[in-house]
Amino acid sequence: MFHIYCPYCGEHREENEFRPKGQAHIMRPKDPESCSDEEWADYLFFRDNPKGIHHEMWVHATGCRKFFNMTRDTVSYEILEVYKMGEQPKITAASRVVGGEK
Amino acid sequence: MQRYSGFGLAKHALTHNENWQRMWRNPVPKKKYDVIIVGGGGHGLATAYYLAKECGVTNVAVIEKGWLGGGNTARNTTIVRSNYLWDEAAALYEHSMKLWEGLSLDLNYNVMFSQRGVLNLGHTLQDMRDIQRRVNANRLNGIDGEVLDAQQVKEICPVLDCSPNTRYPVLGASWQPRGGVARHDAVAWGYARGADALGVDLIQQTEVVGMRIEDGQIIGVETTRGFIGAETVGCVAAGNSSVLAKMAGIKLPLESHPLQALVSEPIKPVLDTVVMSNHVHGYCSQSDKGDLVIGAGIDGYNGYGQRGSYPTIEHTLQAIVEMFPTFSRVRMNRQWGGIVDTCPDACPILSATPVKGLFFNCGWGTGGFKATPGSGNVFAWTLAKGVAHPIAAPFSIDRFVSGKLIDEHGAAGVAH
Repeated sequence: MFHIYCPYCGEHREENEFRPKGQAHIMRPKDPESCSDEEWADYLFFRDNPKGIHHEMWVHATGCRKFFNMTRDTVSYEILEVYKMGEQPKITAASRVVGGEK
Repeated sequence: MQRYSGFGLAKHALTHNENWQRMWRNPVPKKKYDVIIVGGGGHGLATAYYLAKECGVTNVAVIEKGWLGGGNTARNTTIVRSNYLWDEAAALYEHSMKLWEGLSLDLNYNVMFSQRGVLNLGHTLQDMRDIQRRVNANRLNGIDGEVLDAQQVKEICPVLDCSPNTRYPVLGASWQPRGGVARHDAVAWGYARGADALGVDLIQQTEVVGMRIEDGQIIGVETTRGFIGAETVGCVAAGNSSVLAKMAGIKLPLESHPLQALVSEPIKPVLDTVVMSNHVHGYCSQSDKGDLVIGAGIDGYNGYGQRGSYPTIEHTLQAIVEMFPTFSRVRMNRQWGGIVDTCPDACPILSATPVKGLFFNCGWGTGGFKATPGSGNVFAWTLAKGVAHPIAAPFSIDRFVSGKLIDEHGAAGVAH
C-alpha cells in the first residue's frame, strides 16, 4: 500500500485515492501529420518500462482529481519524489549513478 | 530418460524408491550453441523441447537466472482456455489447446490437465452481447463454446449466486467445456525433462547481463558465468523482457505490472469448474488439493518487485464474495505476485527484431500460461527457420507501426 503525497492537496493520502497513469513526460508530437509511422507508434505504444527509477503520472482520482508526477523505484517501489505537472524530476537514473544515494 | 509408468511405480516401490533418476542434468555451459533461449519458464522450456523434438535442433541452451519455472509459471492461476475473439488469437490459443490435450502422453509426464470447463460470466446486457459475438466467432473458428442463460449457469455451478438480488446479477455466461486447469509446475518440469532427454542444456542460476552484437547480428550473450555464443537467441522472459531488450538496444511496447493471486485454506470439493468474471473482476477455481485459487487484476503501476498492493486483493475478494457468498468465511492462506508484461492490444509478441538472429516471445500479459505449449511450438519453428511460423506471423512487433493490432481486450484484457 502506497502512502502518496499529493502536491496539490499538500497531504499524504492512501493509495486507494490515486490511479497510476503510466510513463510521464511523453510529449505529443507537435505536428502529428508530419510524423512517420515509426514516430507515431513510438508515441502511442513504446514505453521505457525501466527496472529501477521510473517517472510516472498519477491522478488523485477521489481527491482533487489533478494529475501529478512521481519518481519511483520499480523494484523497491519506494516513492522518491512527487512533483507537479510541467516540472522536471530532481532524481533521475543518471543522477543516482553519479551522485550515489539521493 | 527413465520412462514413467504404473509398472515403474511398483518396481521402484520394491527397491525402496532409491533408483529414481534425476529428471534433468545440471550441465556446465558449452562455449557455443546453435540456439540460446533466455528464460527457463514454461514458454522457454516448451520452446526448447519443440526445437529438439520437431525441428531437429538439439544443440540448445536454456539460460535461467533463478530456477526452472520459478517465475510466472509458478505464480499463475493455471487456467487453460482458447475462446478468443479474433481469428489470429483464436488460432494461436486453439493450437495450444490441441497440444494440451495430448501433452501428458507426449511428455510421459502427468501435467494433470483437467478439462473441467470454463465459464465467463456476463452481468450486463452489453456483456451478453459481447459473449454472443465471441462464442459465434469461436464456433466459426472450430472452437467449442456455448452461450448459457442464468439458469443453465446455475445448473453447472450451483455454488454461484445467480439470483437477481446481487448488485451485478449473473445474466448468463459463455461456456467452453474443453477449457480447464493444468498443474503449472508439472508443465515446466515435464518440458524440462523432455528437453533435457533430447540433449538440451538447462543452465540454471545463470543470469544474462548483456548481449553481444556485431554488425547487427547477435553472436551470443554475456552471463554471470561468462560469454556463451549463439547466432540465434530467443528471449522468453515475461516481465523482464524490456530489460533484455534494452541490452540489445531495442524498445518494446510493453509495461511490466505486478499481477497478484491467492489461495485459500483447503476445503472440501465445492467448485468443479472455472468461473471467471470480467465485469466484477474476479476468477476462481478449486485445486485438486482443495484450496480455492483466486486471481486478481494487475496493479496499475509499473513494477518489477513481484508483489502488489492490498487494495487490488481487497477488490478481487469483494468480487469473489459477491459471486460466491458461501466463500465469505473461507480464510486465505497465501498471496503472491508475479510480473507480467502487458501489451497495448492484450496480445503477445512473437517476433524477429532489428537485430539479426534475436527473437522475442513476450507480451503475454496476464494470460500466458494457457498458451505455454502453443507458444513454445510456434516459437521453436520460428527460431529454427528464421522466419515466423504462420500462426506467429500476425504477432510481429511490426503491428504496432502498421496499426494491424489484434485487440483482445474484450476477450482477454481482464480475466485469465
